[in-house]
Amino acid sequence: MKHVDAIIVGGGPAGLAAAIELRKKGVEDILVLEREKRPGGILRQCIHDGFGLTRFGETLSGPEYAARFVREAEELGIPCLCDTTVLEVTPDRHVFASSSEHGMMEFEAGAVILAMGCRERTRGAISIPGTRPAGVYTAGVAQSYINLKNKMVGRRVIILGSGDIGMIMARRMTLEGAEVLGVFEVQPYASGLPRNVEQCLNDYNIPLSLSHTVTDIRGTDRLESVVISQVDDHMQPIPGTEVEYECDTLILSVGLIPENELTWMAGAEKDPGTSGPAVDESYQTTVPGVFAAGNVLHVHDLVDFVSLEAEALADGAPRFLAEGGLPECPLAVRGNELVGGLTPARVSGTSDVTVSFRVRRPLRDCTVEVRQGDTVIRRRRMAKALPAEMVQIKIAADKLNTTDDLEVTVTC
Amino acid sequence: MLREFTCIMCPQGCDIKVELEDGVIKSVTGNTCLKGEAYVTQEIQNPMRNIASSILVDGGELPLASVRLSGVIPKDRIFDVMAEIRKVELPAPVHEGDVAIADVLGLGVDVIVTKDVEAA
Repeated sequence: MKHVDAIIVGGGPAGLAAAIELRKKGVEDILVLEREKRPGGILRQCIHDGFGLTRFGETLSGPEYAARFVREAEELGIPCLCDTTVLEVTPDRHVFASSSEHGMMEFEAGAVILAMGCRERTRGAISIPGTRPAGVYTAGVAQSYINLKNKMVGRRVIILGSGDIGMIMARRMTLEGAEVLGVFEVQPYASGLPRNVEQCLNDYNIPLSLSHTVTDIRGTDRLESVVISQVDDHMQPIPGTEVEYECDTLILSVGLIPENELTWMAGAEKDPGTSGPAVDESYQTTVPGVFAAGNVLHVHDLVDFVSLEAEALADGAPRFLAEGGLPECPLAVRGNELVGGLTPARVSGTSDVTVSFRVRRPLRDCTVEVRQGDTVIRRRRMAKALPAEMVQIKIAADKLNTTDDLEVTVTC
Repeated sequence: MLREFTCIMCPQGCDIKVELEDGVIKSVTGNTCLKGEAYVTQEIQNPMRNIASSILVDGGELPLASVRLSGVIPKDRIFDVMAEIRKVELPAPVHEGDVAIADVLGLGVDVIVTKDVEAA
């Protein structure tokens, strides 16, 4: 069994950014474990541009954004074991992994950084009725076929869900000669960014239908048609509104789920608000020395914020390694009914903290407040707030007390 | 005449309102930076877009390398450029920054590779 100071599970944008920043903060003994053949994560198939505006001040494609981190990690001599699957992380930070080349491996880690990212919700997760023909894909799977394997997935396409990947795939498939009949969204608003509604759908005259969903999938070997129904205010299909669309492909862009099996094996507690692990201001889970950042913690809309979060994680982990522990975080962070996906769960009141959340529905002219007791620490007016856009609020340590819980409220 | 735009210059996606009189811009509101004003001005005159796609690679570890344009092109030329990209096959290896097609269709921009694909 080999000891490693910091093991990073996942060589995507979060894992690489954490690894680079840890090395810059003086952690020499680092190992990145990556499941795919190369580091870079999902960005390798995200060939559209628009990445990097915040982190690098310029707009890059996904592969270019990833390559910057891959190159820097290589230059710093950070080892990355690819083609390696982590099977288990234990509460005392033993990491079991396997690869064809090295077989079973066991490491004893000073700190474990969880950076596994997220995965897509599937047809099963949203229980669409119907037959089980070929031609039903999640958006990311279709993206990988088209952008990595040169396999076109279909010609007449319906897209369910207006997540960013779904809209980007609507454009991508149109550029490759497919006919995208429409994007259907069960909620009364688009779930992806407004710019993607504009540049991926409107630019190509692809209709977006809100408050609609797929209520039947038909076809034996290959998908032949889907039935679309309008839904009511409670997202229930309205009988009599069914329209059948002939198509050979159904793409699902119906949400992302943090990939946390290893997190739970390690014994970390779940944050019910994010469905990811409950973390403190240092991105430490409830298991000492096990940290999490990026999409495994909560799903981001922009990779820039994944990188920045993973870099922020690299403040706490070296302190844990040096001091054997981090300050207690006795103060809870709570949101009101308009605040969703709030993280971190706990703070100390002695360190700077970045609070992240999403509004639960589209809002105009609202006010965000962060309070401790009767004291308003931060107040931000927002002309427009969308669930598609994560809100992040930085709070300096000197504004915080060490006795009162943090309350995050959005009011309209 | 009032025209409304969703700015695509950054993820913020500002709602921008433009007051036009005989095709001349009288006022621009709703943008939170200068890029927004430049975007709607261009959008009214001649909408421009960048596109990303992929290009065939012969003998590479992957069958495709991703590409994008070095700058924007008129929106109504997107499918013409896609047709040009589809005609080309590059021999492996290819590297980020390689010019796959110089000055594509005389539009003044290059098709550039955005991913390293080594020889298999």
